[in-house]
Amino acid sequence: MPVLGADMDEGTVLEWMVKPGDEVHKGDVIAVVDTAKSAIEVESFSTGTIEQLVVGVGETVPVGTVLALITEPGGERAKPARAAPAAARTPRELAEPEPTAPAGPAPHPVSPVIRHRAHELGIDLAAVHGTGRAGAVTRADVERAAVALHQVPEQPAAPSPAAPAPRHPRSRPEAEPRAGRARVTPRARRIAAELGVDLAAVTGTGPAGAVREADIRQAAGAGTPAPAAAASAARSAAERNQSMRQAIARLMARSKREIPHYYVTNTADMTQSMSWLHDRNRELEVSQRLVPAALLLKAAALAARQVAELNGYWVDGAFRPAEAVHLGVAISLRGGGLLTPAIHDVASLELGDLMARMRDLVARARSGRLRGSELTDATITVTNLGDQGVESVYGVIYPPQVALVGFGRITERPVAAGGLVGARPVVTTTLAADHRATDGYTGARYLTAMSDLLQRPEEL
Amino acid sequence: MTPDLAEAAIKEALGQVTPGADTTAIDADADLRDTLELDSLDFLRFVEILSERTDERIDEDDYPQLATMSSAVKFLAGRASR
Repeated sequence: MPVLGADMDEGTVLEWMVKPGDEVHKGDVIAVVDTAKSAIEVESFSTGTIEQLVVGVGETVPVGTVLALITEPGGERAKPARAAPAAARTPRELAEPEPTAPAGPAPHPVSPVIRHRAHELGIDLAAVHGTGRAGAVTRADVERAAVALHQVPEQPAAPSPAAPAPRHPRSRPEAEPRAGRARVTPRARRIAAELGVDLAAVTGTGPAGAVREADIRQAAGAGTPAPAAAASAARSAAERNQSMRQAIARLMARSKREIPHYYVTNTADMTQSMSWLHDRNRELEVSQRLVPAALLLKAAALAARQVAELNGYWVDGAFRPAEAVHLGVAISLRGGGLLTPAIHDVASLELGDLMARMRDLVARARSGRLRGSELTDATITVTNLGDQGVESVYGVIYPPQVALVGFGRITERPVAAGGLVGARPVVTTTLAADHRATDGYTGARYLTAMSDLLQRPEEL
Repeated sequence: MTPDLAEAAIKEALGQVTPGADTTAIDADADLRDTLELDSLDFLRFVEILSERTDERIDEDDYPQLATMSSAVKFLAGRASR
């Protein structure tokens, strides 16, 4: 169970995207884990073959617990899939019984895109006959298999994530997939969870009695959630709010307890940026247009690259600079709470790409589909409260980061320039920084660098 | 486009941007961004959907006219009758 944020102690496996015998590559999403804040897609730390899923769906385990075993290519020993970065725990896999050899033909090499498509369609790649070069499975093979619907994945019927069944991982072998139990497509499983349908009570009408989406919808009652299911969903939203509040409380209290914050503030003239943006957007379709926040984020990232003492982590009494600028972006969720997922390597992104990433990230943050790496990789965070109409924001640093950049609203103000007073768009920028890592002088250099960058928007 | 159709399109677009929000009881003269707590990305998405729905090009210079329900209805209805 990886640490998906400094405030996480334990997590619940909501869904496995892989099964024993599947080939995975580093970075592939292999599971969905529920934390206090949201459901998060967990990526594999290594490349190899899934040997065993150690923690079952619905189980809650502390961070550092081995979730699955992966055999690396050429390796003989199974390795734990993504141990916690700071884990000093005894690997539990040594005490685990040897897993039985996975059934089914060995999987052919499959590209991540095809694998993703297969997952979407609920197709077991191991059972797909490849027609590509060297027997490789092609997209057409996968889609053909989906149409035929004869290849339902060999997955056990898992308890619905709502089922309160936290077990000790050691009891897992008894809960291994049982033959003869109804099979469920991943899509059906997800819909069952959304609608609050108990999978065990659903009769499958697919091949070999597999449970399909239609069966779930029927069980839920003519495609609409039953009142009871709706009520329980609402309750879990309230619970989510409460647990998120507590997670934020813990982390922010820790920040203010441990980090001696200092603050600097500046006013950046946005005349050049706004006029450049306006000219650029005039020629573009709505979907291609930029919002001012894209310029602000890019400037914040480039300035962090220039003033590298603010980009990194305070760990074990010393500052560790980060190689790239992964910009954490505070995103408020409808209904309360916030998440600060990272956009990777912002300093090297084109503005159009950055804009697309921002839109994607906000949409996924609000729908609960962020990836683990997005929640752990931020090297400096930005909060932009300008849309809420405030002039400035003095942030609280996300430990172990050492700085947080704040933007207020871009608004017209009387500004004196060359002995004349004129109305110009300006934005108040603030920096909260860790005084253990840097001094006010460094913070001042950062804000000045950012302001300078915003005067040359064409170079952003 | 009739004002009724324009209003329906606006409400549908708002509904997509803010799932779960009640778009039926929006005050005609209230600021949409404030009422629905739309940030700049939400507003851009709103404009995008509205533009697709109504097949109208909506430029940045037109944004102020989308501030409230009544001004937005007037804007869209006026557009299509040209």
